[in-house]
Amino acid sequence: MSVVRRAVVVLAAPVLALVVAGLIVSGLLLATGDDVAGFWRVMTTVPSERSIVAIMNQSTILYVSGVAAAIGFRMNLFNIGVEGQYRLGGFAAGAFAGQAWLPGYLNTVVAILVAMLVGALWAGIAGVLRAYRGVSEVISTIMLNAIAGSLIGYLIKRWGESTGNATNTKAMPEGSRIGTVAVFPDSPVELYGLGLLAVVVGVGFWVLLNRTRFGFDLRATGASESAAVASGVDTRRMIVVTMLVSGGVAGLIGLPVMFSQSYNYGSSFQTGLGFTGIAVALLGRNHPVGIAFGALVFAYLSQQANLLNIQAGISPDIIEATQGIIVLAVVIAYVVVRRYRVRQEQAQVARQLDDAPPGAAPASAATPAGGAR
Amino acid sequence: MSTSTGSQTQAGRTRTPAIELRGIGKRFPGVIANHDVDITIESGTIHALVGENGAGKSTLMKILYGVQRPDDGTITVEGQQVTLSTPADAIARGIGMVFQHFMLADNLTVLENVTLGAEKLHGIGDAARARIVEISEQYGFGLDPDELVETLGVGERQRVEILKVLYRGARIIILDEPTAVLVPQEVDALFDNLRLLREEGNTLIFISHKLDEVRAVADRITVIRRGTTVASVAPAEVTSRQLAELMVGSELPSPSTGESTVTDRVLLSVRDLTVRDAPTVPGQTVGRAVLADVSFDIHAGEVLGIAGVEGNGQTELVEALVGMRRPEQGSVHLADQDVSEWSTRRRREAGIGYVPEDRHRHGLLLDSPLWENRILGHQTRPPSVRGGWLDVRGSRKDSTRIVEQYDVRTPGIDTTARALSGGNQQKFIVGREMSGDPVLLVAAHPTRGVDVGAQAQIWQHVKDARREGLAVLLVSADLDELIGLSDTIRVMLRGRLVGDFDPQTVTPQELGSAMTGAGDEETAR
Repeated sequence: MSVVRRAVVVLAAPVLALVVAGLIVSGLLLATGDDVAGFWRVMTTVPSERSIVAIMNQSTILYVSGVAAAIGFRMNLFNIGVEGQYRLGGFAAGAFAGQAWLPGYLNTVVAILVAMLVGALWAGIAGVLRAYRGVSEVISTIMLNAIAGSLIGYLIKRWGESTGNATNTKAMPEGSRIGTVAVFPDSPVELYGLGLLAVVVGVGFWVLLNRTRFGFDLRATGASESAAVASGVDTRRMIVVTMLVSGGVAGLIGLPVMFSQSYNYGSSFQTGLGFTGIAVALLGRNHPVGIAFGALVFAYLSQQANLLNIQAGISPDIIEATQGIIVLAVVIAYVVVRRYRVRQEQAQVARQLDDAPPGAAPASAATPAGGAR
Repeated sequence: MSTSTGSQTQAGRTRTPAIELRGIGKRFPGVIANHDVDITIESGTIHALVGENGAGKSTLMKILYGVQRPDDGTITVEGQQVTLSTPADAIARGIGMVFQHFMLADNLTVLENVTLGAEKLHGIGDAARARIVEISEQYGFGLDPDELVETLGVGERQRVEILKVLYRGARIIILDEPTAVLVPQEVDALFDNLRLLREEGNTLIFISHKLDEVRAVADRITVIRRGTTVASVAPAEVTSRQLAELMVGSELPSPSTGESTVTDRVLLSVRDLTVRDAPTVPGQTVGRAVLADVSFDIHAGEVLGIAGVEGNGQTELVEALVGMRRPEQGSVHLADQDVSEWSTRRRREAGIGYVPEDRHRHGLLLDSPLWENRILGHQTRPPSVRGGWLDVRGSRKDSTRIVEQYDVRTPGIDTTARALSGGNQQKFIVGREMSGDPVLLVAAHPTRGVDVGAQAQIWQHVKDARREGLAVLLVSADLDELIGLSDTIRVMLRGRLVGDFDPQTVTPQELGSAMTGAGDEETAR
């Protein structure tokens, strides 16, 4: 396949999915008697500078969440527990940083490691249960999500400090906070400094998948568990390690906001990012670049949705429906495109190898004893 | 049931045949599954279809059940030429299929299982119940419509499957290896059921490779070998031994007259290897022994051929050697090291190459390019991996070498494995497994489903490697292959090694007898 053709095939699925999703949402709005033209006007408005920064911030966070989910997905492990893992990891990091046991940025670095460790261990529980007791990781991670929520609530009530009617962990010292980066000189909203983590995570994910033995084993197990086992992969160990890595990355999700804006873990901690990350990973087909695309689309939609009610009188909830439809459309579009690719490739191989011997040769034409005398 | 078992007199030869297949052919990319298949199945008879796995029986039955369309030939059902595009077409023509693996919901009753998907026929209530009872009594199935399937034994479950097919109005029933899951008493009961079904005018197509069973119940036997029908005989006219010969082919090549390369250095030593299945029947605590007390040695430069009808423990032996299956007892020594407790990866690192029986399941990542498939099974070794890192350049370079040296027909090493024909996939696997200086090659059916040209090349590579001191365990159902390549042939039967043959002097009759257990007294135990 030529480079152009290859690019067309790669882009075909997401574009097809977005078009189909747009049509379905328009139909939905028509059916509910909403202002379809208004919807498209709002959604295609060029965002303000302030909104652009907000979209970038939200994208980086969703990207980390998407990668966390994708690590598991690449070997068919459905880590639905990113939600619980990042909340617990974020809580642990906030609580640790608030204690200010270590000076300045050392405190920050160790807090980040604490978040990863706690996220990894929380995911590891599900990994061990799956590997050694055969418990579906879907069930156990959903349960662990619920437990994480209650556990955080209990710990904060017990040891957190009350400010007004909210309960938080202790605010971290100023020396451990991370600044923001101005993108536009006049915008009051700036980029979170720890948004850089998304770049590190993205590059790390690509390198891990494509250049390391562990990544190869992970992809092989996901592509064909039986072939992986025959090649010598210890699938139990892979399940546990993959869950640990996935949970470790999940631990990072809440940190950009915490270190650049809220400075503690409390009621302002954004929840639900773990579930959105699953959708983002699906939209990006678990690919490092694809997930970035997915995160951007989701962040853009959420940001523009804020204007829907004011400018077109449409409930912003329609955006959640849109996001869901996009994910479904992407899943279907990829299957269609993949079949097309497989057929194309087989046809191409057949064309190039037209000199292959014709089929129905008699069975006795060759014998193992013939030849090497 | 002492009624006639031998002739097909009750069918009457003048009636229209139930099924006539003429010139059926089916090709997949690079593989010919069937060609020039001609079968006439008389109405009201039990017709057996025998042949090795991979001979093309299952593709043929899929064609007859509408799962696959033939490329050539015609299908005539009860005098009418038909096109069967889906199983629904086949069912509408009165053709039903009982699969080897039961398709029943354990937590539903017999009634619910039977009516599931056929609610339109008699509803799901009393009418359906009455019909089920009627069929059950007519054929002596002894099934209670309200019993839960999970409480039923294997034989009863099979009768539920047959009842399902009859309930849907089938008059021609295909049974895919129905005895594979049954114990001997259940087999007898099944045969009684089949004879009753025949007496009521149904036509039965019985797929098997157990020759004594086939001879006991069938009115007519068609033998399939390498994708085509080679004979159609009446059971009274042939012995089991003659059937076995037909199945495996009797024109034997003269064995290789080249110098023997066998040395006296033992490379693989297996002692008392026993493998048990997981218990399949509810209530059972210990599984069947699928491999029992197997012991053998392979020397450097020796090819040990394992012959046998499939399902007699060959798969389990191979998987136990590669470390994919934990044996219950016994030891495996590679050279002078005890590898019994080693993982698959460690065994591969120690120099065990593995050409799996099912290359799609165990040998390839179908959607990955060839150069990534080069890494598979060699994840810890150069040239594809260095330390914890993939060596992309090294892997690509070595993939190119394999493609050239093993004549893999592909546009390039970035082509996905799926796009290649079976023969080229297999040549790539053989090339990969020969890389990294293996000391032992475990090859299961290395040329199955491979076109003739690729077959000869693979054979040649095995011979070359043997000359350089490789030890080879060759499991095959192809006698040509076994006799042409092996230095010693041993036969597996019911999980045990029976018989020890010299390929220079063995006759197909001897092998056939040992493989089927017919005439145990003659085989060298």
